[in-house]
Amino acid sequence: MPLLTVTNVSKTYHLDRVEVSALSEVSLEVRPLCFTVLSGASGSGKTTLLNLIGGLDRPDKGEIVLNGSPLGMLSDDARSDFRLRHIGFVFQNFNLLPVLNAYENIEYPLRLTRTRPSVRTRRVRDLLEAVGLTGHARHLPGQLSGGQRQRVAIARALATSPQLVLADEPTANLDSHTGDAIIGLMRAMQRDFQTSFVFSSHDPKVLAEADDAVLLRDGRIVSITRKSEAEQSR
Amino acid sequence: MNTLSLAFRNLLRNRRRSFATLLAMVIGGVCILLFGGYVHNITFGLQTGYVRGGGHLQLQHRDYFLFGSADPTAYGIADYQQVIDVVKHDPVLAPMLTVVTPALQFGGIGGNFAAGASLTVMASGEVMEDQNAMQTWNDYGFPDAPETMALTGTSVDSIVIGTGVARLLQLCTALKVADCPAPPARAPGDGAPMPRDVGLLVAGDAAHDGAAAQDAASQGTTELELLAATISGAPNVARLKVIKAEAQGVKAFDDAYIGMHLAQAQRLLYGSATPEVTSIVLQLHHTSQIAAATARLRELLATSLRDRPLAVYDFGTLNPYYGQTIALFNAIFGFIALLIGAIVLFTVSNTMNAAVVERTVEIGTLRAIGLRRGGIRALFVAEGLLLGTLGAIAGVLVAVALAALINHSGLTWTPPGRVNPIGLHVRVWGETRLLLGTAITLTLVAVVSAWWPARRAARLEVVEALRHV
Repeated sequence: MPLLTVTNVSKTYHLDRVEVSALSEVSLEVRPLCFTVLSGASGSGKTTLLNLIGGLDRPDKGEIVLNGSPLGMLSDDARSDFRLRHIGFVFQNFNLLPVLNAYENIEYPLRLTRTRPSVRTRRVRDLLEAVGLTGHARHLPGQLSGGQRQRVAIARALATSPQLVLADEPTANLDSHTGDAIIGLMRAMQRDFQTSFVFSSHDPKVLAEADDAVLLRDGRIVSITRKSEAEQSR
Repeated sequence: MNTLSLAFRNLLRNRRRSFATLLAMVIGGVCILLFGGYVHNITFGLQTGYVRGGGHLQLQHRDYFLFGSADPTAYGIADYQQVIDVVKHDPVLAPMLTVVTPALQFGGIGGNFAAGASLTVMASGEVMEDQNAMQTWNDYGFPDAPETMALTGTSVDSIVIGTGVARLLQLCTALKVADCPAPPARAPGDGAPMPRDVGLLVAGDAAHDGAAAQDAASQGTTELELLAATISGAPNVARLKVIKAEAQGVKAFDDAYIGMHLAQAQRLLYGSATPEVTSIVLQLHHTSQIAAATARLRELLATSLRDRPLAVYDFGTLNPYYGQTIALFNAIFGFIALLIGAIVLFTVSNTMNAAVVERTVEIGTLRAIGLRRGGIRALFVAEGLLLGTLGAIAGVLVAVALAALINHSGLTWTPPGRVNPIGLHVRVWGETRLLLGTAITLTLVAVVSAWWPARRAARLEVVEALRHV
């Protein structure tokens, strides 16, 4: 059974008086515990599809169901709560809260879920250790390198143990060496924390890591390449 | 990381802007508090003056207030001592009273026969010991020492007059009144020349009058003749010793005022008849007791004093100028507070709007993570609340310090209706209502100012916010 089902989803943006079709009749199934990459040229609809999957935006048409919950039926507050508990986000520009240190940034979603302090502390420490930043817990984002910030962002995305982590071009603002390391970390975290990752990228190295690769062009899915379970386990 | 803590850190992010906003709030708060303290001082100063002079309450014939000044003897209080005794010994009123004293006011014609001058005067007969006791009332802690009435310990025919009366009756030289010009010499008329024998007679009279006036002046005291209508309507004249001229602040009053002993005033108006008074003055310990004292007096007027056609008036009713002055200053204070409130509102609103624009991506991130719209709204309102609270606290502290500085600076001013300058005093410390009111209002204004930008932030679409450059 798929973790995520996207059925006939379309999205059109209105720029001044011009209508731009970002997605057209897109259907997709994301398998659980998979590393799914959306690829395609700039403007192909990757980010739009990620935003719709993440419940950040509403489709004009079609339906998105995550783990049995149709996102279109949820109110704004319910979608916020759903995101908080079921979806993690990693952004291209890291998007850490600048007034919070690394520890507090990871802790923030757990505070929103009103997790008990002792549980919170243990979880944040585990995540800091997993991303290799135990010694940087009290550093503000401005005191961290790009790679370190993205590690904090990954840890924050996994804080509430979501079923799905969405990452929009997570290596775009990193040098290739750091980008490789981040991809490796995400892959490891996906396996260790038993979650699914969907992210957009046109980096060939990222595509090589993908279990499922979805190619988009002009708002439509052109191809879906899936690795077999045997290939995945390798 | 609770909302308030996050809001506080956000304020510290742009310290210069937050400081400028705080400064605007502090200046606004200080202006409101200092002017409010000044208005309070005026209010208490005026009140103290009126209460020392005419008490908190007066019992008068019920028609005296409207019609009495034309014919005071027709509206006198007969057997007033019995009324005073009832009031003084009433178990409810007695604990509230400091002074109960009779007073008699009437109009007449004052003349300086020696100078050939006369004018219409307003005389007030009072019991000097009681008046001196009333002068000690100082419920608001003014630093000035109580004044002793000039007529204290003088003979019953002694009087005090306004400096205007002294000037008009040409008594300034004898009374050593400063800045008191002599009347200009009259130009000769345009008529036919005066016959020689009449001219000699006038010249002789003038020489005699001048000599008499000079004689009076040289004695150090001078005399004034006061003509008034007795209770029977007949004219009566008293020759009185003027011991002092005192400036009265308001020119119309200064040009007509005569203060005298009650016994002398009663002798002039009532002669051998039973004397009466036009009012019984009651001074209370505290102004806040007026309502209770008035209610009790009305009870007495309806019971033990029911055969008396008396009414109770408070000092505000008797002195409409007091209420008008307070209303004027309150209106100015309200206008200034409104103006400052508007400035604070726009300053905080501007700051919060700038913060929303600067932190648009951050708002998108928080929403993406799972913070509801209400959470975003609460975050920005909390920033407004913190700005307001800090601004209000700092404003209060600075205002208290500045007020103390002003109060010890030795600056003076002359309030309306007074002659001599008094120390400039700004009442801020201890004025709980003013302090709390200003602080709470400033905080509320800051919260209200933040609410609209907060609402705007909360209504941002997540995708648009994340895309913001």
